[in-house]
Amino acid sequence: MMRGAGRSKNTQNLDRTVCMTNCPTLIVTVGLPARGKTYISKKLTRYLNWIGVPTKEFNVGQYRREFVKIYKSFEFFRPDNEEGLKIRKQCASAALNDVRQYLTDEGGQVAVFDATNTTRERRDTIIRFAEQNGFKVFFVESVCEDPDVIAENIVQVKLGSPDYTHCNTEEAVEDFMKRIKCYENSYQTLDEVLDRELSYIKIIDVGRRYLVNRVQDHIQSRIVYYLMNIHITPRSIYLCRHGESDLNVKGRIGGDSGLSERGKEFAKRLGQFIQEQDISDLKVWTSQMKRTIQTAEALSVPYEQWKALNEIDAGVCEEMMYEEIQEHYPLEFALRDQDKYRYRYPKGESYEDLVQRLEPVIMELERQENVLVICHQAVMRCLLAYFLDKSAEELPYLKCPLHTVLKLTPVAYGCKVESICLNVEAVNTHRDRPENVNVHRTKEDALQTVPPHL
Amino acid sequence: MNGASITQAMAEPPVCGGRMPRFQRPHASVPQFTNSPTMIVMVGLPARGKTYISKKLTRYLNWIGVPTKVFNVGQYRREAVKSYKSFEFFRPDNEEAMKIRKACAVAALKDVCEYFTREHGQVAVFDATNTTRERREVILSFAKENGYKVFFVESLCDDPEIIAENIKQVKLSSPDYIGCDKEEAVADFLKRIECYKITYVPLDDDKDRNLSYIKIFNVGSRYLVNRVQDHIQSRIVYYLMNIHVTPRTIYLCRHGESELNLLGRIGGDSGLSPRGIKFAAALGTYIRSQCIPDLKIWTSHMRRTIQTAEAVGVPYEQWKALNEIDAGVCEEMTYEEIQDHYPEEFALRDQDKYRYRYPKGESYEDLVHRLEPVIMELERQENVLVICHQAVMRCLLAYFLDKSAEELPYLKCPLHTVLKLTPVAYGCKVESIFLNIEAVNTHRDKPMNVDVSRDPEEALLTVPEHI
Repeated sequence: MMRGAGRSKNTQNLDRTVCMTNCPTLIVTVGLPARGKTYISKKLTRYLNWIGVPTKEFNVGQYRREFVKIYKSFEFFRPDNEEGLKIRKQCASAALNDVRQYLTDEGGQVAVFDATNTTRERRDTIIRFAEQNGFKVFFVESVCEDPDVIAENIVQVKLGSPDYTHCNTEEAVEDFMKRIKCYENSYQTLDEVLDRELSYIKIIDVGRRYLVNRVQDHIQSRIVYYLMNIHITPRSIYLCRHGESDLNVKGRIGGDSGLSERGKEFAKRLGQFIQEQDISDLKVWTSQMKRTIQTAEALSVPYEQWKALNEIDAGVCEEMMYEEIQEHYPLEFALRDQDKYRYRYPKGESYEDLVQRLEPVIMELERQENVLVICHQAVMRCLLAYFLDKSAEELPYLKCPLHTVLKLTPVAYGCKVESICLNVEAVNTHRDRPENVNVHRTKEDALQTVPPHL
Repeated sequence: MNGASITQAMAEPPVCGGRMPRFQRPHASVPQFTNSPTMIVMVGLPARGKTYISKKLTRYLNWIGVPTKVFNVGQYRREAVKSYKSFEFFRPDNEEAMKIRKACAVAALKDVCEYFTREHGQVAVFDATNTTRERREVILSFAKENGYKVFFVESLCDDPEIIAENIKQVKLSSPDYIGCDKEEAVADFLKRIECYKITYVPLDDDKDRNLSYIKIFNVGSRYLVNRVQDHIQSRIVYYLMNIHVTPRTIYLCRHGESELNLLGRIGGDSGLSPRGIKFAAALGTYIRSQCIPDLKIWTSHMRRTIQTAEAVGVPYEQWKALNEIDAGVCEEMTYEEIQDHYPEEFALRDQDKYRYRYPKGESYEDLVHRLEPVIMELERQENVLVICHQAVMRCLLAYFLDKSAEELPYLKCPLHTVLKLTPVAYGCKVESIFLNIEAVNTHRDKPMNVDVSRDPEEALLTVPEHI
């Protein structure tokens, strides 16, 4: 019986959707260098953590860099370099050891083992390791022969690698191409027949084609769906809130009010900004609340309304000021400050619920290219946390001020953020976590960080 | 924005191409990311599950709000050739038959066109063998001329057991074999398959590399996906990769009778009444008597479903998505109070119960959207008991029994009754098991008069009794 299967359900699962799996999962990348393995590993890890599945990546190249302090040349990777092979094998073992610790002792659910893993022999070692420890294995192989894509990869992520800090561009590229050659001869791709019992997805030519074999469970199914929806076409995602609303001005949360005069001014400026940016094929998304729709209307372009983009439901606290919440629900107010991510307003939602609600939005954002999302404070925090890999602790305190557009552009392994303030005054709606979150705190302590309002 | 204005906006017809009207389907379950209609074209030898997939996919797409219809060429053939004689009809050298079969395909394509153009269809599933490149070319040209996207779904299977089971489940009872002895029917059908095998050209990795398709091998152990073009194809692929044919049973029921149920109040988060507690115990007994292997139990996050599950005494999983429909400002009201405080809303709801959204609450349409991940996971799972709520159960039932948006909000889901659903052939067998514990009736039929100017008596005509 697999060790993992006996694990008791941890009580936290009772508040969430279906428990993904009792066995931890080991995702194993496969592929020649510069095929996007690390890109996929990092992105997948970010996505899984965001939806609440504790995930961590283990990049064997990093272990090698710590072991072999200075990278000299591609010769290290020559298949006849016995010393090199020994070191590389040790690094893989060290990484697997850390995987075991993460999945068994640290409460990890998914580990992404990021390395070339191009020989059947290496993969068999990993499979045995997983069997011994009660982990499920899912391979993600990236196959690509398009020289343009490979060249672009090298430019984006290899030239800036620690391995090549001392090299000029041409030297680096040349060395890296020779490095790839070292792997090519012994590369054994996942085979339809020989590997028919394994669970895997083979991604061919950056997503033109996929071969999916033996998906075992829910989490693997979600991973496959995610991997099949992401792309690397350059694009920009613009995130902003609706213009300042009447309720914002009064310091009240939630509700469904219209824009204030300044909010309307912002909408106009937003329209100008979008025009200036001259974005090809821009899609505009709003929620189904008046204030985002009014904002989009000023842009004079078609837009799509998503109920999923509606602001967090504050339940019994809807349309209250923080002062009123403190007066009527001082206990709830303190509990929220203690765990703002998981706290659910009575008859309302938590940030955790919001993330779940927003997952289809993220999935569609991944499929799309240029998109402007006009949403709300809590919603924008959730989306931003996904793109910038922020933890559940940081997420509810991310700064998303009114009348400011965040322009996100994927670059290398992450996201470049530009913050563009459109120069229209607005109230501040950001309430920091106060020092005292104790349920017995004084009113003053509770209201210390409430931003000023009418 | 109250429910009323959204309902009115829904009356606008969808627009193909050009600028989308702002309020087009504002609360549709699937954002309209494509204006071009899509043709799903099945490919595969007989008895490979094409019709099973066609029907199931169609049911799913309609349920999530994408108007979809199946066009089964075999049915056109049965109308053209009144009585089926034998497999000889399908011999590749039978010129007369070939002509008829081609004409049937063309007739079906014509109806596809009609469905997209006149009937506002979004997806058409073209269910036929389509096993030759030539036939697929005809379809591709047709689609190109008309501006339709094409996505192929090919089912490949060489497992003789699966094929035999298919033949047993759906072929023996086909109109083609009425009155035939079982062994004869099987022998004839196998010869029919042979007729196709001779000319079968599967989708080719190289020659068909520019087409969009999914190849399903051996009922889902492997998939090949090529060039997914858009959102709807991506959702279709995801769905196809999650369904399976392993026999299993799904049990649906509501929580036991609650305190608020007794008072005739909707929504809220009350506990079970004494009769509700009895039901929970009876449910436990029933479940144990069924001896279901590996049963998963799901509840919502509301007290009444959790209390019910507790009595069954097995681990259960809570889904927020299974919470009852949010009645917004009407939460915990009786229908009499709703009529009193919100007579116009009450009437609007009766006019379009599926799309009507309670102020600050949800509509059935919102519920379906919320429940989609539950359905997806139900498809992945095997034996499951879902303890949920009236509106939620109606939505889930509508999915399994292919009920329309009009029927859905009026499906009968009484308290203390378990519905046992077993997939069979192309559909679902339903058994209704009343566990013999009395409970209030919470089902309110659509009244005759749904006009906003109606009298309170007319509005409250169909309200079930309560304390």
